Amino acid sequence: MDTAMLIEKSALVLLLFLISLGVAAYQTYFERKLAAWIQDRVGPDRAGPFGILQPIADGTKMFLKEDFIPAKADKWLFIIGPGISMFTALITSSVIPWGTNLNLFGRDISLQVADFNIGILFVFGVVSIGVYGIMIGGWASNNKYSLYGAIRASSQMISYELAMGISAITIVMLTGSLSLNDIVQSQHGMNWNVFYQPLAFFIFFITSLAELNRAPFDLPECESELIGGYHTEYSSMKLGLYLFSEYTSMFVSSAIMAVLFFGGYNFPGMDAFSGNTLAILSIAAFALKIFLFIFVIMWIRWTIPRFRFDQLMHLGWKVLIPVAIVNMLITGLVVAWNQGWM
Amino acid sequence: MESLTNRKKVVSDKPMTLWEKIYIPAIVGGMMTTMRHMLRRRKTIKYPEETRVFAPVYRGQHVLKRDEQGRENCTACGLCAVACPAEAITMTSAERVKGEEHLYREEKYASSYEINMLRCIFCGLCEEACPKEAIFLTDRIVTTEFERDEFIYAKDKLVEAVDDRIDITKRQFTGKRTDK
Repeated sequence: MDTAMLIEKSALVLLLFLISLGVAAYQTYFERKLAAWIQDRVGPDRAGPFGILQPIADGTKMFLKEDFIPAKADKWLFIIGPGISMFTALITSSVIPWGTNLNLFGRDISLQVADFNIGILFVFGVVSIGVYGIMIGGWASNNKYSLYGAIRASSQMISYELAMGISAITIVMLTGSLSLNDIVQSQHGMNWNVFYQPLAFFIFFITSLAELNRAPFDLPECESELIGGYHTEYSSMKLGLYLFSEYTSMFVSSAIMAVLFFGGYNFPGMDAFSGNTLAILSIAAFALKIFLFIFVIMWIRWTIPRFRFDQLMHLGWKVLIPVAIVNMLITGLVVAWNQGWM
Repeated sequence: MESLTNRKKVVSDKPMTLWEKIYIPAIVGGMMTTMRHMLRRRKTIKYPEETRVFAPVYRGQHVLKRDEQGRENCTACGLCAVACPAEAITMTSAERVKGEEHLYREEKYASSYEINMLRCIFCGLCEEACPKEAIFLTDRIVTTEFERDEFIYAKDKLVEAVDDRIDITKRQFTGKRTDK
């Protein structure tokens, strides 16, 4: 690895870090606006024009709050909890190909920090670790509501990760590769996976909502039953980190859904462009897809009520997993037939 | 019982059909509803910048009127205080002495007249009871204060200034009265 490569990757990592945080910050603003619109309100409009500075005001407020650690809490785990959440939310963005290669200073720069050949496994692995942030936080708080939230988060995770993985396997079967870069390149132009695997996408989308702890699967933090769920005892920027990591995960999950099913940075008519124009357009196309996913996720949150816990389990184990397995088997048969293995 | 609205719906606990069980149609329907609301025009009035247009019959802070020559209309008859359901009005009357004819219209006047704005329910019965067209409710809003005492408005706040008359024409009854 030469120095230029090191600089290039470091710059990309830093840029992704800043973009993830910036996007997460403005997601909070957008979420509040969207909620307001859906509820026939105006939403935040006092801080700056159209309330555009609201996230900064919110962040400042978070920092100015008292950072409280309960007396009987496990101090170190209590501190580590939000850190793990944020870390796992941020690190997933490293394997996502954000666009075609950009040509800068005579170098071909790949817009993917690390092109693992097991990219998709890496994503699932890291996302699964994300629940530890919630579990550790809920456990360390020494509060029954927090513990309930944490237990719900972990059981939800177990129930939905299965269906999520099985539906993602169909994409791996179609592409024949675990690398996210290969998956994106196989969907060149308009050849998106969602047209071959609508059912898998559907399951993946639902389970993503559950993984994100977003409504209608926001049982770990449901205010009406568990006060705040796993972050009941948290305050100041630790709470801020938890909330922030949720939005960062939402951004990254939207990106992963776009990569797996909606062609990543591919867009129809992309062959007409080349070089940096193509790179910039592909980034824009990818950003648009991510934005649409974020919009739909928020739209769902402000539309439908929360599932009851038994309904959640029923949906996960008795509906999504069987459907995902059947879908996987059929895909496998079709792939085998096409390959001439049968 | 005969239903009063057309929104009556018979509730049953029959098991859900498959169509209902897959949730999706209901969810999509709900999302369409929220989308409609999203695209709807906001009805919010952003208060400090915009203000609501008051109805002509809005009942706000009271005014004690003077006549055209600047004399107080009120004769301290006490009918407003009697009519007041919240018992917010108190007054003391005094006899007009010589040399005060330019101040008070009739021989008797209110030497003090107080309305407790915290008690007042702005019903307008005082205005209705007044035989001298002396008290009216206006479209002015009673401002907030920090002390309860400051909500007891005395004559200095209630009587209109000679050179700064309060327009109450919108509230004056123009139709034909049958009861008076």
